Amino acid sequence: MPRSFSEAAREVRTMKMKKRELRAMLVFLLPALALLTLFIIVPFLMAFGLSFTNQRLISGRIPTKFIGLLNYERMLRDDLFFKGFGNTFIFAAVVVPLQTAFALGLAMLVNKRLKGAKVFRTTYFMPTVTVMVVVAVIWTFLYHPEGLINGFLEVVSFGKWKPMDFLNNERWAFPAIMFMSIWQGVGFQMLIFLAGLQEIPQSLYEAATIDGANKWKQFLHITLPQLRNTTTFVIIATTILALRLFDQVMVMTQGGPRGATYTIMLHIYNMGFKRLNVGYASALTVIFFLVVLGLSLLQKALLGEERG
Amino acid sequence: MKSMKRNTTVDKTVSYVLLIFFAVFFLFPLVYMVSISLNPDELEILKTMGSSKAFFPEHVSLKNYRDVFKRMPFGRFVLNSIIIVSSTVVGGLFINSMGAFALARFSFRGRSLIVTLIVALMVIPFEAIAIPLLLMVNKFGWLDSYHVQIIPFMANPFYLFLFYQFFLGFPKDLEEAALIDGAGWFRIYWSVTLPLSKPIMASVAILHFLQHWGFFLWPLMVTRGFEYRPLPVAMQTFFGQYPRDWGDIMAFASMMTVPVLILFIFLQNQYVNTVKTAGIK
Repeated sequence: MPRSFSEAAREVRTMKMKKRELRAMLVFLLPALALLTLFIIVPFLMAFGLSFTNQRLISGRIPTKFIGLLNYERMLRDDLFFKGFGNTFIFAAVVVPLQTAFALGLAMLVNKRLKGAKVFRTTYFMPTVTVMVVVAVIWTFLYHPEGLINGFLEVVSFGKWKPMDFLNNERWAFPAIMFMSIWQGVGFQMLIFLAGLQEIPQSLYEAATIDGANKWKQFLHITLPQLRNTTTFVIIATTILALRLFDQVMVMTQGGPRGATYTIMLHIYNMGFKRLNVGYASALTVIFFLVVLGLSLLQKALLGEERG
Repeated sequence: MKSMKRNTTVDKTVSYVLLIFFAVFFLFPLVYMVSISLNPDELEILKTMGSSKAFFPEHVSLKNYRDVFKRMPFGRFVLNSIIIVSSTVVGGLFINSMGAFALARFSFRGRSLIVTLIVALMVIPFEAIAIPLLLMVNKFGWLDSYHVQIIPFMANPFYLFLFYQFFLGFPKDLEEAALIDGAGWFRIYWSVTLPLSKPIMASVAILHFLQHWGFFLWPLMVTRGFEYRPLPVAMQTFFGQYPRDWGDIMAFASMMTVPVLILFIFLQNQYVNTVKTAGIK
């Protein structure tokens, strides 16, 4: 079928447009795509590849070669690997539920229509904008045998409390770090819950009050179910953060005393950076990633997420 | 009716008691930090550290602050942190918003695949790539520099995704009108889309700032001397020097913390919105 000249011209024009559009699109997309590829995708894939080699950080006399599953076998005999993962799991298992519940409580408290609630809200999130290294330094001083925490416990126990060197005590070092981590992080989750609470329609509570439901019942049957998605998100996000535990222990205890606060990230850092054993550290990284991913998926499946 | 009124009064009182209790709980370590930093007498610090006297030093001076500047190139650390964080955040704002703009405004083959990929990348924590990345930048010869702390962290799948969602959600009328008027795509992005995106830009900037300002693991591995070292690593190094001078340490910590706290008191409503944005995801 013969086409009219104007039709052909229009087609050429749209093709030109398409080409121009394509070029513009590439200009917009390429910087982000290139950087994400080079600095996330490539290192991520490298971790898998390197985990089957004896790669060193600084290649010296030992040539890099493929060593199969040797790194993974070595892990099975590595006590620090188990210690690190064990401690990291304990940290998550203690901190995640406590911090989530505490955050919800704070959010409900701040959400009450009281004068000055906003001022209090502000003070609660101040630790979250304080750098973790600084927080760790302050709390090291607070946990000092002659520090404020011991002083406080001595006063409230009427002198029965015996001063303790929290961070050098095998039993108390880790709980001390957990407590501090909750202090630092809970304000962030509180703000997330606060946003969730403000989205619950007030009419639900009004109807429940007319029906004679008390505060506890309202919490159980309105607040909690309405916050389900928020809670799921908070739990998953806090878990991932907890598994990444590094800054605090690095500054406060370096994993001690006697491995009581040794975490998997500390192990990856020590093996890869201190011992220059990139191959082994990569194998640890791969396992670390699979654990983080697996736990997130498991939590998602168990807690369920309803999308409206 | 009477009992209900008493109930609310009791409820109110309990609420205020709790509110004040938690305010003290969250603030006392920060106030303590500042109090110690203002106490010029190290012996007195050690003597009173376990009691309420620590909060009220007998003499107040800025001696510890001067000492920090005397003992180390503190100004340099501040400058390093500012250079690193501002370049990362500003560069990140452009790169991520541009990428998101391309994905939200153009239709092309593979678009949805790229979106899926970016969502998938959000699952990878930095810790899971730190060691191979270290090997890589070492091979590039990037160790001990600013750019090793900037370039790998500008593009970020989470922030790109936040922009993407925002762009999908707002009306395209203005952009289309500009297109018909013959404006090029870059012009549209710059003078139509970006000005309308201030809320999401602010949120992403705040999140990126907080994340990078406190960044510790990476600069710990890639900086050796003081030239390129940011504040958190400098703090840790200083903290590791014995004998510890707590007055100086707290002065360092205060200088790193108080300006940011003041900034966030001013930005608090914005911060609350930011957390909301991040939480809704």
